[in-house]
Amino acid sequence: MAIEKFTKITSSAVPLPIENVDTDQIIPARFLKATTREGFGENLFRDWRYDSNNKPVEDFVLNDPRYSGKILVAGKNFGSGSSREHAAWAVHDYGFKVVVSSFFADIFRGNSLNNGLLPVLVTEEFLEEIFAEIEKDPKAEFEVDLKSQTFKIVSTGSTASFEINSYKKECLLNGFDDIDYLLNIKDKITAFEASRA
Amino acid sequence: MGKTLFDKIWDSHVVATIEEGPSVLYIDRHLIHEVTSPQAFAGIEKRGVEVFRPQNTVATPDHNVPTIDQHLSIKDELSRFQVNKLTENCERHGVTLFGLNHPYQGIVHVIGPQLGLTRPGMTIVCGDSHTSTHGAFGSVAFGIGTSEVEMVLATQCIMQPKPKKMRISVEGELPKGISAKDVVLYIISKVTASGGTGYFVEFAGSAIRSLSMEGRMTVCNMSIEMGARGGLIAPDQTTFDYVKGREYAPKGAEWEKELAKWKELYSDEDAVFDKEIVFDAADIEPMITYGTNPGMGTKVKGRIPTLDEVPEKERNSFTKSMKYMGFNPGDELIGKPVDYVFVGSCTNGRIEDLREVAKFVKGRKKADNITAWIVPGSKQVEQQAIEEGIVDILEEAGFKLRQPGCSACLAMNDDKIPSGKYAVSTSNRNFEGRQGPGSRTLLASPVTAAAVAVTGTIVDPREISELELV
Repeated sequence: MAIEKFTKITSSAVPLPIENVDTDQIIPARFLKATTREGFGENLFRDWRYDSNNKPVEDFVLNDPRYSGKILVAGKNFGSGSSREHAAWAVHDYGFKVVVSSFFADIFRGNSLNNGLLPVLVTEEFLEEIFAEIEKDPKAEFEVDLKSQTFKIVSTGSTASFEINSYKKECLLNGFDDIDYLLNIKDKITAFEASRA
Repeated sequence: MGKTLFDKIWDSHVVATIEEGPSVLYIDRHLIHEVTSPQAFAGIEKRGVEVFRPQNTVATPDHNVPTIDQHLSIKDELSRFQVNKLTENCERHGVTLFGLNHPYQGIVHVIGPQLGLTRPGMTIVCGDSHTSTHGAFGSVAFGIGTSEVEMVLATQCIMQPKPKKMRISVEGELPKGISAKDVVLYIISKVTASGGTGYFVEFAGSAIRSLSMEGRMTVCNMSIEMGARGGLIAPDQTTFDYVKGREYAPKGAEWEKELAKWKELYSDEDAVFDKEIVFDAADIEPMITYGTNPGMGTKVKGRIPTLDEVPEKERNSFTKSMKYMGFNPGDELIGKPVDYVFVGSCTNGRIEDLREVAKFVKGRKKADNITAWIVPGSKQVEQQAIEEGIVDILEEAGFKLRQPGCSACLAMNDDKIPSGKYAVSTSNRNFEGRQGPGSRTLLASPVTAAAVAVTGTIVDPREISELELV
């Protein structure tokens, strides 16, 4: 089984300049009752996106027709709280391929990488630059290149490089997942067990 | 150079390390529940792979189960389906399950320690971020995503980059009436909700060592609320005494052998941490949160910061949070009205928590404006509460004990705080909508929650009964 390959995308972005967006906001617990991985995008940011009568909240970014694209740009400490992988599934299922922030919660970052959703960590200054660019032009385009590990604001050419460990990079570029890797070293795991007995 | 406690456990579980990549970490104990496991079982089945070491995984339903009428079929169709799926998966793959109505069922992080499944030196994972609870025993325990649950089922390993190490020491004697929950809320209010990100935290110092095992679990439980991967405490006699004799704990010669190993589990004197923080126990007072992340906390007798006191960059988030909570910057917390009190969860749903509440409310009555839910963390806690007469005391005071589960901590079942209502909760998260859409949560200790239930408003428990607090 493989994850979706990621190499390079050029897209406009959706701005979410809020800090500490926790996984209960990304996907509230009451929507975690599914037993498959699909369909969570429908309830992404549910309680910010819809009011208590299920009417879309007009000024929330996902309901604002000016914004669209495959990149979500979020404030500091995105994805904190619960370990629910459903949060990464929801962001990906909605159609995002990249999440940019100046700080990610550990578990969310790991979960994203395991699902072909690329977390791009940039400095706070560069994050501000991205938000400013989107404010100036909601259709502004950004280029994310995993091979060169760069995030570029197309109109200005301003570029930031981002970190990703080389193993995870290879996985994403080729669509490999960790389980394939682990299944391939089962002999080693069995030998480890024997060494501890 | 010496090793930290964390290094000792982590390093002895590394099966392989990928150059410039993660380590392959062997997992001793895997706990699963109904919400984050179905996709993992579906995953291995799709790959045609068996569960590699079914004896190392233990399951129980907790997140979505009702807390009344558990003997009946679960009414909510999706919850019922999810719980049934867990049963089916466990049966098909030979995994031990403590199902609904089994005497060992309960919140996964309450039953692990209680049954002796949690032991020093282990690596423990679960598809739940509060797995850090088990670190109280000197184990490396942390929450994982469902893809990783699948990895453990398939290979008993996960792939993880090694986190950095932080030591948080609380030195000195804790003032009278201060509980483990106050300690951890205090720490998080200082470190912030993201200050521990990238780290595994060792809690140390005389105040931490003075805590009971249950208190230590409360502290480690909330490690994730400062962003840390997990938290742990070096095992000592308190730990060994707790584990000894429990259902799944080693016995006889095996116990002696294990015990000798556990006694080596401490950070060497010359071990180096990436970050060290020291707090003075004397500074800690009863704590409460006022905002929408667990770092937004202060002493009960304190006040919410004014806008000027909040760093400029954080003001938007702070203002949004105050609007959600219906509070004004600068407000005092004492005297604010409350609608609900929730005592329970993997943070504070153990027998000592119920005892504290019972001790406080004995001979008192719940305020009329308060709806109080007391939810034991497990069937064993429930049984013990009945046997110790706690249930009678609570009922006389106007409280009702419900049945075990995660309940209103995350409101996946029907235990939801209504929109706009205020709940003082002994759980771990005060996020927007965490306890139900529109709910407003203030996190506090069981004693503070009990005091609030009695007065109907936010109150410092020490003001009501100096004598009864230990």
